[in-house]
Amino acid sequence: MMKYQSQAVAKPYFIAAIGLFVGQILFGLILGLQYVMGDFLFPEIPFNVARMVHTNLLIVWLLFGFMGAAYYLVPEEAERDLHSPKLALVMFWIFLIAGALTILGYLLVPYSGLAQMTGNSLLPTMGREFLEQPTITKIGIVIVALAFLYNIGMTILKGRKTAITMVLLLGLTGLAVFFLFSFYNPDNLVKDKYYWWWVVHLWVEGVWELILGSILAFVLIKTTGVDREVIEKWLYIIIAMTLITGIIGTGHHYYWIGTPQYWQWWGSIFSAMEPIPFFMMTVFAFNMVNRRRRNHPNKAAVLWALGTAVMAFLGAGVWGFLHTLSPVNYYTHGTQITAAHGHMAFYGAYVMIVLTIISYAMPMLRGRDAANSERSQTLEMWSFWLMTVSIVFITLFLTGAGILQVYLQRYTGDPQPFMVVQEKIAMFYWLREVAGVVFIIGLLTYVASFFVGNADPEATVD
Amino acid sequence: MSQTFTKAMARNVFYGGSLFFILLFLSLTYDTHSEMPKQDNSANLTEKVAKGKRLWEENNCIGCHTLLGEGAYFAPELGNVYKRFGNSKQAIEAFISSRPREGIKGRRSMPQFDFTAEELDAISEFLKYVSEIDASGWPPNIQG
Ligand code: HEC
Ligand code: HEM
Ligand code: HEM
Ligand SMILES: [Fe+2]
Repeated sequence: MMKYQSQAVAKPYFIAAIGLFVGQILFGLILGLQYVMGDFLFPEIPFNVARMVHTNLLIVWLLFGFMGAAYYLVPEEAERDLHSPKLALVMFWIFLIAGALTILGYLLVPYSGLAQMTGNSLLPTMGREFLEQPTITKIGIVIVALAFLYNIGMTILKGRKTAITMVLLLGLTGLAVFFLFSFYNPDNLVKDKYYWWWVVHLWVEGVWELILGSILAFVLIKTTGVDREVIEKWLYIIIAMTLITGIIGTGHHYYWIGTPQYWQWWGSIFSAMEPIPFFMMTVFAFNMVNRRRRNHPNKAAVLWALGTAVMAFLGAGVWGFLHTLSPVNYYTHGTQITAAHGHMAFYGAYVMIVLTIISYAMPMLRGRDAANSERSQTLEMWSFWLMTVSIVFITLFLTGAGILQVYLQRYTGDPQPFMVVQEKIAMFYWLREVAGVVFIIGLLTYVASFFVGNADPEATVD
Repeated sequence: MSQTFTKAMARNVFYGGSLFFILLFLSLTYDTHSEMPKQDNSANLTEKVAKGKRLWEENNCIGCHTLLGEGAYFAPELGNVYKRFGNSKQAIEAFISSRPREGIKGRRSMPQFDFTAEELDAISEFLKYVSEIDASGWPPNIQG
């Protein structure tokens, strides 16, 4: 049962997130196959198109997840109903339809045609990684974000203000503000790249970590019953370390793009400290669970919360550190090492935190008191392990591919052409694809967990 | 954590620390802007290069290729392709315009974009301009 009726608007956001997640992974499997069977689906769905669909669906469903999280937790924290549930629902449909039209545009129209149709020449913003959306879609995203911030902001303003809601609001505002840099696309490629990272890096290694931290703190308060003062103090320390290291840490992207060489020092030193807040998050989560005042019947949600803390540290902290020092990055820049890190970091930090809040909130949104049935939770925990173990293997296989790629193409005395090297490391890509199949089995198991055991009684604390 | 370090203190470290590093980042950004012309090859940033960049974007070349190491990892690095192709714009244009429409069997394939001669000229001019950006010695060798 929800404490406030208006929390219910979170539900469509979570359902859409899961649906788009399935689409994202289907296209991941297509990409993985194209890596080893180069002409698969060519020329109907060229690699670049499938990749846009894969990465844009990822971003969009994570945004759905963040918005759903905010709509669920803000009323509870602010101790009042949402300012306007109706606005939240209208924005839900606008965002979903705009997103679907954009994805259909990628799949049905050649990209240059899409650029023409949507008037890209008026304000050219398309054709840059992750920011492929037509300018009009970008404007739509800004409008949805503003309406969302207004709704959440008014709720917080009129209600109780907690550290969790303030940090969440700050993170979400930052998300919207940095997205504005996607409208800046100068002819000067070096400048273009410099500010492109203000969206991408300052999102995932900046403001999104605030969102991550506050959702994690909320779920930990609810499931462990540990004193709010303690949890919120941890939250502030973690996000302080995030921004102290992560802002100047942007410099780890300014080594080889035509920017001054002092960035090799600034970037290496500060980004080398970026794992610290992720490590603190792990210590924090386990500490709070160990000091719990009660056992929560939703064991799956606690598992997701602990999993987030561990996997974010591994993916962002460990795999990030691996290639962040400039002498190492000189060799690994833009290789499968980058892809390995990108997968584990995105999954460990942002996929998992969204699945954590869904796991925690969905039982209540569906009318339960606190948790799903034993059977449903057992299946959900199976899906946790299937997806998490397979992303670990995807990361390991890509790391293997990356090490060989770096050696053969960049490090030996007799460097070989890109395409030659790719053929030599094809075995790793086949293995990645197998791990990807296990991933989608895990994801389908996850979806199935919503449909089993609904008639069973709720799980209880044993 | 000890009781002497309170939540309010943690909050102040967060706001103070963040503000300090935002300001530092902005100053470094300012300096980067003034230093940039030494490396960014903007002296050769012509209308034609700008047109080439637009074509690069509107055909989503970044969805398969890296450019100065950023993008996708499916196809060769293009930041130095001008040099790899023997400092020849013509070789680049010949490669792009000769892609088979149905791809190459069993091989990773690049689409046929049906560019006009003028467009090909702009794209290869853009790739030439990129290859002359001073990227601090990257890539390690000609293979990119
Ligand atoms: C669907 C993926 C894809 C897209 C999109 C794409 N390419 Fe390619 N490109 C490739 C592949 C694959 C190769 C390697 C082909 C081979 O060796 O047979 C390649 C090779 C090249 C080469 C030769 C590189 C070398 O070192 O041999 C150039 C130049 C090039 N592409 C330019 C472009 C430009 C310019 C665009 C955008 C207008 C573009 N490509 C878009 C896949 C793509
Ligand atoms: C959850 C947090 C993080 C996420 C989601 C993430 C994700 C990514 C992604 C997707 C890329 C590839 C970008 C591109 O396409 O060009 C990337 C690049 C990179 N990341 Fe992270 N990252 C995170 C945290 C970190 C941390 C903490 C570090 C350092 C300790 C780090 C170091 C790097 C470096 C050095 C690159 C550039 C790789 C290259 O040169 O090709 N990342 N990251
Ligand atoms: C939740 C799980 C997943 C997440 C979070 C994710 C995320 C990402 C991200 C962030 C990128 C851009 C990477 C970069 O620029 O470095 C990417 C690209 C890619 N992903 Fe995934 N992905 C997931 C699952 C999968 C699966 C299951 C497969 C295939 C088996 C897959 C295959 C690919 C491929 C082939 C690319 C393109 C790499 C390239 O540019 O060459 N992904 N994915
Ligand atoms: Fe980064």
